[in-house]
Amino acid sequence: MKLNKVFKGLVFAIPALALTACSSNADMDSDSEMIDNQTGIEQQGPQVGGLEPVMTPEEMQREKYADLRKEHILYFDFDRAEIRPEYAELLEAHAAFLVENPSTRIIVEGHTDERGTPEYNIALSERRGKAVQRYLQSLGVLSSQMEVVPYGEEKLLDSAATEAAHAKNRRAVLVY
Amino acid sequence: MMKYRKLLMASLSGLMLLISTSAQATLEIVITEGVNAARPVAVVPFAWKGTGAMPSQIADVVSSDLRRSGSFNPLALNALPQRSLDSEAGMDLAAWAATGAEAVVVGSVTPVGNERYEVRFELVDLLRAQAAVEANKGPSENKDHIIEGRSAVIPASQFRRFGHRISDLVYEALTGVKGAFLTKIAYVTVDEGAGEFKYQLRVADYDGVNESVLLRSREPLMSPDWSPDGRKLAYVSFESRRSEIYIQDLYTQQRERITDFAGINGSPKWSPDGKKLAMTLSKDGNTEVYVMDLATRKLDRITNHYAIDTEPAWAPDGRSLVFTSERGGWAQIYQIDLASRKITRLTYQGEWNLGGSFTPDGKSLVMVNRTNGRYNIARMELATGHIDVLTETYLDESPSVAPNGSMIIYGTSHNGRQTLAAVSMDGRFKARLPMPVGAVKAPAWSPFL
Repeated sequence: MKLNKVFKGLVFAIPALALTACSSNADMDSDSEMIDNQTGIEQQGPQVGGLEPVMTPEEMQREKYADLRKEHILYFDFDRAEIRPEYAELLEAHAAFLVENPSTRIIVEGHTDERGTPEYNIALSERRGKAVQRYLQSLGVLSSQMEVVPYGEEKLLDSAATEAAHAKNRRAVLVY
Repeated sequence: MMKYRKLLMASLSGLMLLISTSAQATLEIVITEGVNAARPVAVVPFAWKGTGAMPSQIADVVSSDLRRSGSFNPLALNALPQRSLDSEAGMDLAAWAATGAEAVVVGSVTPVGNERYEVRFELVDLLRAQAAVEANKGPSENKDHIIEGRSAVIPASQFRRFGHRISDLVYEALTGVKGAFLTKIAYVTVDEGAGEFKYQLRVADYDGVNESVLLRSREPLMSPDWSPDGRKLAYVSFESRRSEIYIQDLYTQQRERITDFAGINGSPKWSPDGKKLAMTLSKDGNTEVYVMDLATRKLDRITNHYAIDTEPAWAPDGRSLVFTSERGGWAQIYQIDLASRKITRLTYQGEWNLGGSFTPDGKSLVMVNRTNGRYNIARMELATGHIDVLTETYLDESPSVAPNGSMIIYGTSHNGRQTLAAVSMDGRFKARLPMPVGAVKAPAWSPFL
């Protein structure tokens, strides 16, 4: 039953992936605006001009993915292991890199907040790690490139007794 | 009177001391509830029969033990009608009866040369004493009100231990239940100030004294569990950046890796005969309970379900396990008969019940109960299924029952910090055990040692 929910998560994620192409155009527009601003600044002496490097769509995608890959952490809802749709792009970026670099191996750490027992949380955190692993596998990453290490509630990021702290602790971390 | 006094040399010579590698820090106790329900008793400072200073005051250990038991409330020193007493012989029984105390511990320490001391004590039942005084109208030869008394010749280094021994005898004489003052606790500390080896497995006397560090690690440590003979601990270490189960001998310091399967290696629990280790593994895909025969290392898979099955704990007769399972949709506690493999759900009350273990008499289950999103320690009577929630602290987990079944030590969160706490089996006595070392968790109470 829990598996079904993970697949539902995947279905939601696909439209989110389709949106990524549109958003990259928007990035280019804002870049050119910045250059206009630059030439508008009053300066002494000669002004040197140059050509703006033109990136191919592939290069733009690569840059965007490299940027996305700086983020390694996905957060989860309480007692759940479904990947939230908002992480579709992030996982796509990591998957693209791992598919291109099949010798690269990662550890998928699973973590929970401190509610519940340590042993139960180890199991829950493995479920989170495995959800990420399955998602990346569905994007072509080899299972041999990933190891899931469940840490449960043993490595809290924030031990405060607040909902915000709990939310920060419920995570999976991709470790290269 | 001599018939009450037996030499205890034999039992004391069997003691082995751990090599202590850390500062001696008494586990402080903050009793938050239950002092009023505790029975009043008195512990008179032991009379010193030597010259110079007494090595240490044994009565302090006895008094602290009785208070920590939750069953007794020792009178303050200034409430004692006589403060220099060496035995029952000098007691003004009428004055003592007027204090309202049920019983008095009185004793003496006499140097016998060669750095050794004779320690004597007597436990006086004041209700009986008063009856005897009234019947005889004067000093009586009837000493039936001295309900316990011993002496031993020991070095000063054994004073604390003999104090716990006295507490055991006093506790048993007054309650009928064996005392658990000569026990230890194992626990995990996480101290950000301890440098790179911030995860530590420690063992101390049940009251936090004589603390020793058994293992320092850069990576998390979990789930210590005592072997039934009290010589070894099984625990989980992430030192290889993944979970593995180890067994470590407390005295030889020898460690052995027991499992290093892919996925979860968790929740080790010794069988009552010490020959097997129940554990949680996810090597076959799902989180399942297994039992390993420690001699052959053969694994027996106990559960087989796609839901989470974890936290095994043995019944005292070793014939069944309880475990936590999500097979019903939410975490609840189930029992599996190891011969028939028949599974019975035990808990129904509350949103979740997890981390179950049997009380030593096998009649109740102690566990973590979640009700209205709050996690507290609860006890369930197995015959009736009736659940009593015992604690009101925040995020309670890892309950471990004293070997005499009187008290539960558990992990909780206080002011954003993981700490240990204790609650009596009837829920009346509650205490926090603050420690000056960051986070403290995963307490495990030793068997009788």
